[in-house]
Amino acid sequence: MRNIWTICRRELYSYFVSPIAWVLLAIFALLSGVFTYIISASFVRASLEGQMSGQSFPMNLNDQVIAPLFSNIAVVGLFLIPLISMRLFAEEKRQGTIELLATSPVHDLEIIIGKWLSAVLMYAALMAVLLADYSFLFIYGNPDWKPVATGFLGALLQGACLLAFGTFISTLTRNQIVAGAIGFALALILWILNWTTSFGNSVSVQVLNYISIVSHMDSFTKGVIDTKDLVYYVSMIFLGLFLTARSLESMRWKA
Amino acid sequence: MIQVEGLTKRYARHVAVNNISFAVEKGDIVGFLGPNGAGKTTTMRVLTCFMPPTEGRATVAGFDVFDQPHEVKKRIGYLPEAPPLYPEMSVEDYLTFVARLKNVPAGEIKQRTGQVMERCAVADVRSKLIAKLSKGYRQRVGLAQAIIHNPDVLILDEPTSGLDPKQINETRELIKSLAGEHTIILSTHILPEVEAVCQKVIIINKGRLVATDSVENLKDRASVGSAIQVQVDTDGQADAVTVHQRLEQVPGVSKVLDRTAHGNRFVFEVESLQGRNARPDVARAVVHAGWNLLELKSSTLSLEEVFLELTGSQPAAALAPVSGVAQ
Repeated sequence: MRNIWTICRRELYSYFVSPIAWVLLAIFALLSGVFTYIISASFVRASLEGQMSGQSFPMNLNDQVIAPLFSNIAVVGLFLIPLISMRLFAEEKRQGTIELLATSPVHDLEIIIGKWLSAVLMYAALMAVLLADYSFLFIYGNPDWKPVATGFLGALLQGACLLAFGTFISTLTRNQIVAGAIGFALALILWILNWTTSFGNSVSVQVLNYISIVSHMDSFTKGVIDTKDLVYYVSMIFLGLFLTARSLESMRWKA
Repeated sequence: MIQVEGLTKRYARHVAVNNISFAVEKGDIVGFLGPNGAGKTTTMRVLTCFMPPTEGRATVAGFDVFDQPHEVKKRIGYLPEAPPLYPEMSVEDYLTFVARLKNVPAGEIKQRTGQVMERCAVADVRSKLIAKLSKGYRQRVGLAQAIIHNPDVLILDEPTSGLDPKQINETRELIKSLAGEHTIILSTHILPEVEAVCQKVIIINKGRLVATDSVENLKDRASVGSAIQVQVDTDGQADAVTVHQRLEQVPGVSKVLDRTAHGNRFVFEVESLQGRNARPDVARAVVHAGWNLLELKSSTLSLEEVFLELTGSQPAAALAPVSGVAQ
């Protein structure tokens, strides 16, 4: 446990003394701000139009602002996550510091979990920016907080899951750009897999839809924690970290 | 302290280390000598548990590197060829991180980092970013990193490469001062370094063990039967021919060659018979004749000759790069 925290702390140190963390936070703050503005603006307009026309549509902040915001943010996350995870092992290999880690009395798994955890915390810092955006909805409106909480949980799980794969990809190369590009491609594929739902409802489509990462966010944004989705995320995290462990081990034999 | 038996490391296309066996006693400083690509780094990486051997066994402090890597890692300090530094960290933060990583108890971390910074002379740059340090400082931070948990065994891969002569000297002194409390293996392709620092030499070439002996023994092996250089000042009492003839009469001398002459100073190269050390007799002969003996030295770089002989390289061709790198 202590070793995991040692590794994790050093990674966070590197994120925050280098421009990476600040650039990511700035990009995310801008994008999530724009999304929040656009979606709440159209919500306000719709409610004004409803009042003017005299017909009262049922308006709901949770359904019409927060849930779509989470879906959008999940997609933004897909693009930012490779930027978080790409350096984790690639940079260690390039600098040769992997020799320090590999010859220190820490287990591979501690290194992997420490690094992955630091990436998850970095991603959580991005989500904290989103919390600031949402605070305005709570100040000027009265949304239900529970779907917001589950939405955050879902976004965090999705991020943790992609970061686990990003960590694995980062062990495959010593070049950050390559790791980033492959991570990005993987995130994109996992995202567009659920577009196949428009091809019907055959078994293969259902399987692809289940593998697709964003489809599991939906129930979370609606305030539902579905065991099926939870199992999906947790098992994907395990798979990603397991592959990382295998990759590190094979690296030793080949090194 | 370190036992290596039949160690072999094979890659897909070539054999990096081929059936090497040696042992290192506690408190020794051992020079691991060989040309570039001889398998030094590979052997060290096996000893530090960075990679497993293909065949054979290696134990450090009684623990097998393959079966109990965790125990071995606790007892080893390792400085790879490129010091494993994080450029974005400050020296003190970096050493604190390494201390935590090496399981130094939390209460002692501050004290230990302070000690190793003093010892490796990096205390004056403690709050500087590693990215901004010069090569000499980086190397010393690398060394500080290796000794921070006070390991039984220190493994240093070319600790003086890329340093200037003053830094090389300082680093050697530092390494020598670490002996006794630590067992040290250091790799190098610079012969004078081995003579300056180590008690024992392990020479490998093309993945094979060529020789393992004490520095003294290896030097003896080389200097016996080889040439010595003699400089004599006759104060005008004798000319070069007289001195030449006198030297030829010395027992054990096989051949005398005139080298240079400046006024009354003459330099000769004296070759002794195989297995004889003519130096004491030559010295006595010169002094008895009433001349001044200015210089008497072995005219070969002894270890270098042994090295070239053992690794089977051509002296002229191989000597140039070796002395070139020595800076």
